[in-house]
Parts: sequence; C-alpha cells; structure tokens
Amino acid sequence: MATAISTEKNFFEIKKGIASWLFTLDHKRIGLMYFYAIISFFLVGVILGLLMRLELIAPGETIVKPTTYNQIFTLHGVIMIFLFIIPSIPAIFGNFFLPIMLGTDDVAFPRLNLLSWWLYVGGAVFALLTLVVGDGPADTGWTFYAPYSVQTGTNVTLSVLAAFILGFSSILTGLNFIVTIHRLRAPGMTFNKMPLFAWSLYATSWIQLLATPIIGITLLMIVAERVFGIGLFDPSIGGDPILYQHLFWIYSHPAVYIMALPAMGIISELIPSFAKRTIFGYKAIAYSSMAIAFVGYFVWGHHMFTSGMSGTARVIFSILTFIVAIPTAVKVFNWVATLYKGSIDVQTPLLYALAFIFQFLIGGLSGLVLAALAADIHVHDTYFVVGHFHYVMFGGTGFAMFGALHYWFPKIWGRMYNKRTANIGFALLTVGFNFLYFPMMILGLMGMPRRYYDYLPRFTDLNVISTVGSWILAIGLIIMLWNLIRAKKTGEKVGRNPWGSISMEWQTKSPPPLENFDKLPELNEGGPYHYKH
Amino acid sequence: MGHLVLPNSGHNRDPEANKMGMWLFLFTELLLFGGLFIVYFVYRSMNSDAFLHASYELDVIIGTINTVILITSSMTIAMSITALQKGNKKLAMYLLWATQAFALAFLVNKYFEWGIKIEHGIFPGLDHYNHMPSGEKLFFFLYYFMTGLHALHIIVGGIFIGVVMKKVQKGEVTGERISLLENSGLYWHLVDLIWIYLFPLFYLIH
Repeated sequence: MATAISTEKNFFEIKKGIASWLFTLDHKRIGLMYFYAIISFFLVGVILGLLMRLELIAPGETIVKPTTYNQIFTLHGVIMIFLFIIPSIPAIFGNFFLPIMLGTDDVAFPRLNLLSWWLYVGGAVFALLTLVVGDGPADTGWTFYAPYSVQTGTNVTLSVLAAFILGFSSILTGLNFIVTIHRLRAPGMTFNKMPLFAWSLYATSWIQLLATPIIGITLLMIVAERVFGIGLFDPSIGGDPILYQHLFWIYSHPAVYIMALPAMGIISELIPSFAKRTIFGYKAIAYSSMAIAFVGYFVWGHHMFTSGMSGTARVIFSILTFIVAIPTAVKVFNWVATLYKGSIDVQTPLLYALAFIFQFLIGGLSGLVLAALAADIHVHDTYFVVGHFHYVMFGGTGFAMFGALHYWFPKIWGRMYNKRTANIGFALLTVGFNFLYFPMMILGLMGMPRRYYDYLPRFTDLNVISTVGSWILAIGLIIMLWNLIRAKKTGEKVGRNPWGSISMEWQTKSPPPLENFDKLPELNEGGPYHYKH
Repeated sequence: MGHLVLPNSGHNRDPEANKMGMWLFLFTELLLFGGLFIVYFVYRSMNSDAFLHASYELDVIIGTINTVILITSSMTIAMSITALQKGNKKLAMYLLWATQAFALAFLVNKYFEWGIKIEHGIFPGLDHYNHMPSGEKLFFFLYYFMTGLHALHIIVGGIFIGVVMKKVQKGEVTGERISLLENSGLYWHLVDLIWIYLFPLFYLIH
C-alpha cells in the first residue's frame, strides 16, 4: 500500500548519496539519470559530428584516414540514434513528467523502470567497448547493412549487441508507459482529457513495443551470420541481403516515429502554454499521433526504392509514405492555428517550438521528395538524405528537446535561467543549424553522395559553409548548456507556475515532492488546454 | 509535516495492471519470433526442395511426443490456477510440480534430439553441416535458432513457475492475490503457442 511520505522536502532533498540515485525507484530521479547519461552521449555524438564536418571542409584528406572516417560516422550514427534520440524525450521527460501530468505519483512498474535504466547503461557500456577492444568501432554505418557487416573485421558484433540491449530498455519503457496511461490517470481524466504529451507518448510506446523486437532478432541473426557463416544475408554463401534491409527497416522506420512523436507532443504542450489559448483541434492532434504510429508501421520499403523491389511494392510503399504525411501536416496546421489570436508570450521555450515548426516543415517536405519514386532515384544515397534526416531529427526532435528543457527547467530544479542568455544560445543554435544542414540538401541535389570521404572540388564552397555552420551551432550549444548549468546553482528561485500554464505539472511545487503532489491535483475545467479569458 | 496519498497512486496493488503488462510483454515475444517466421517463410519459398529434404532428417515421433507434453503442461498450469482460486493450495502445488516435470521432459527430449544431430555433424561449424547445400544449411540453422530460442523460453518459464511455486508455498500468492500465478500461466501458454507453430513448420510440412 501507498504510505504517506513528507511533502515538505522535494525529491532531491528527501534522500542523499549516490546509492539513493542509482537504485532509486522514483520516476523523477530515473528521468534525471537518463538525462545526464543521454546528454553526455549527445555531446560525444556532437564531437564526432564536428570531426566529420572538419574532415569534409576540403576535398582529400584533411584530418583523418578514410577508415577512421567510416568509423566516426558509424559511431556518430549509433550513438545519436540508439543512445540519444530514441530514448531522449520519452526516457527523460516522459519519465519525469508523464506521471505528474497524469496526476499520479509514479509509473505503473517502478522497478521495471529502474531496470530499463540499467539496461540502457549496459547497452552503452557495450557501445563504448567497441572503442577499446579489437579493431575498433564498426565501420558499416548505423544500418549494419549486409553483406559488409558480416565481412568487416571491426567490432560489429559488439555494436549490434549494444543495440540489442538498448532495444530491451526501450521496450520496457514503452510497456511501462502504456500500463501507466491505462491504469493511473487521475480520477476524471478520460483519454480525451489527457495532456497531448501523454497521447504522443502513448502512440510512441506502442511502436517501441511492437517494432523493437524485430530489430532485436535481426541483429542476433547478424551475429550468427558472422560467427557461423550460414548464408542468411551474405549473397556469396546463398543469403539474401535485401531480406536484411527489409527486417532492418521494419523496425527502423517506425523508430523514426519513436523519435518524432514525443517531440510533437512537446510542441503541443509548449504552444498553448505560451499562446495562452485553447489548443486548436485537440482530438485531431491526439488521434493523428495514433495514425502516424499506425501508418508508420507500413512504410519501411521507402528506404529501399533503389535496392531491388518489384514496381508494385515500390508504388504501394510510396503511396503509404505520402499518406503518413497527412496526420503530420494536421498537427502543424493545428499548432499554427492555436497561435492565431492567442496572447502570445514570447519566451525561450516558445522560440524553440517555433524553430521546430519551421525546421520540421523543411524536413518533412524534403521527405516527400524522397517518398516520390522518380525523385528518389536521383537523390537516393546523396547528401540530400542526410540534410533531410537532420532537419527532421535534430531540427525537429533535438530542438523540441531543448524547448522542453527550457520549459520544464524551473519545474525540475526550481530555478530560472537567464532568459537573455538562453535566447542568444537559441539564436546561435538556429542559425548554425540552418547553415550546417541546408547546404547538404543543395549538395545532394548537385550529386554529392552521402558517407563519402572525399568529393569533387566543385562541392567545396557549400561544404565550407556547412562546416562553419557546425562551429556556430557548437558555440550555441555551449552557451545554452553553460547558461543552464549556471542556473541550476545560482538561478533565481521560482514558484509553482512561472509560465502561467494550466497544465497539471505546474500545480505542484518546484521541484516536486517525492510523491509529486502536496495537494490533490485538480483537472482544469473544460479540458486540459482550456484557457479562460 | 504535510503528506498526501493519491487515490490513483502507482504504489497501490493493481492486478489489472500486472496482467496488462504481461500481455504487452507477450506481444513483444510474438514479434520476436515473428521476425524469425518471416525469415523462415522467405527462405522456404526460395529453397523449397532443400527445406523439404532437410525436414526428413527430423524425427516426427519425438516432435509429436513433445507437442503432447507441452499441451498437457498448459492444461496442468491452467488447472492449478483454478485450484488455487478455489482455495486448494495442495492440489495447485501438485499441478505446478506436474507442469515442471513436463517442462523437464520436453527439454530432455530436445537434448536427445539435438544430440543425435550434432553427433551426425549437423550443426553450424561442423563438417557435415558445412558441406550441405545452402538451403539445407538455412533449414538447420533456423531449426536450431528457433527451437533453441523456444527452449530458452521453456527454461525461463520453468524458473518463473519455480519462483511462483515458492511464493504459493509461503502464502504470498493465494486465491485472492493470484496475478503472479496467472501471469506465469499466460507466459507458459505463449511458450506452448509458439511451439504449436514450430512443430508443423519444421516437422510436418511436406
């Protein structure tokens, strides 16, 4: 049974010491442990990305050898995908805020939650081991495409096992969230009165649950192929490499919605909080999350338009991919419509949300270029794809995550950051981001291939712009993090609700007590986003 | 000192949540095997003759015996749940012991089945296997991988049931607090269900 625990002390103060963190069952502490781990890996990934861009500032060898370059982009991909962006928003902010936003005191299975975190750490250790043992990290790209992944001497097996373990962590988090949402909502909170962030996590969790096992088993088959040489995926011994690509993308395409949906949930929280206006089309936003999760499951073939599929299959996958753009566009229109005639309070989190909409739009529309069969033949495997992907993932999910960080920072740590510095960091990040990735799209259209170590001299100018962009972005990132770290110690203390939001997490103290609420949370009259004017 | 306990606290006992969690976990298990079923069907359609030829190597009688064993064990665990619900702890324990015995019998059969094949050199890496045509190699790889993964689930299921038995013994799992036993039953039925598909795919289809 639940026992009464003091609400005077916040969740930081109630217990101290490293063990009280490492073995905590408190969803907020687990969320923060994810935060520190994930941000650390993000920074490692950023450094690898900067190295890649530095290598590409001029044609020919600049700072590293070709093999090292291959290993850098693979490690960048593996870290950014499996250790950063898939867990990012759900594991950090989902863990911390889902129970609070549902008006409860923890997730349904707190011990399972801690196990997920430890599995994450275990997977991360495997990924790091690839650096120090054998022939170094894999050089296959994060997709581990066969047959190269079964032939190369680098540490593919270890990398693959890391991804396998991280998959388990992701599945268990998803399972936990689904049960939490079904069983622990506050009395009176029906599904249709649930915060949209919870809706997006609900959709995400189903994908985590239903798609991840496929990659798990596929990666084990890669290991088996490497150890025994059975002929599963290696054509020289009778295997079918296209089958590997299918199996890989059956997970990895839905996985991009694991990355994108929680970000859309964040934006759906930020926009009404700062527009101080009822969200436009609550149900459309909520159900479109489910629609994206559902349709997103059936579009994986669009990664393989040039790999050898029947014409019929290609047309079907292309149409389905166009269909998945519809619920995405529904959300964008609803966000913009929410701003219309709102009393907009321009704060740092809102700036991130607006940048998200702008950049996600570019990312999404360039995705349609790739979804169209005829266009894809030309830009497939060019730098255009890299530009598109980073616009969606970094310009989208990454920015949403920074927005969430600036939005919930005062709730988590009970202090406010310097808003001016935060805005400067934001401006540099946005400018740097667009200088970094927009040239990639142009380069791709000009014909520069992705993953190449070298390029023709005529691509030099745009590559220089892109690399300079990466430096601006890095400075923005440093300013942002420095500002937040400083605020954590010395920022001005804030009350329960510095933004004047009506969302439930702002009803409790900042930082919240161990069991989240010091008084019974109240549902907002007229729905979770009903602002009265 | 202020304190507050929420009516919808996550620390309340909630058998519904436990069962829902278990069902969701079973979905992931089905999909884990689902990936292997896809591989099986693709390679079966590409190498139908080799798969057919290789499948003659398997012993249908042992496979049938194992099928009967598993289905019976599913029955005994279902019966033990009913027995415990009706308050008959002793009978429930007997039935769980029976389930464990069936699980062990299944594994012993599997051990001999695999043992004979490995003795004949049919295992990835062994001489006979390496000289097989690629379709037969795939068949046997999938045979070992899928039945092996399944056997691993039998072992995990056996341990799970063992833990539950201890809790039944200590009175921590009772007719009123039965969700852990029910969950071990659900898991056991899944293991059974997967075998129901593996058996015809490897032993029966001609």
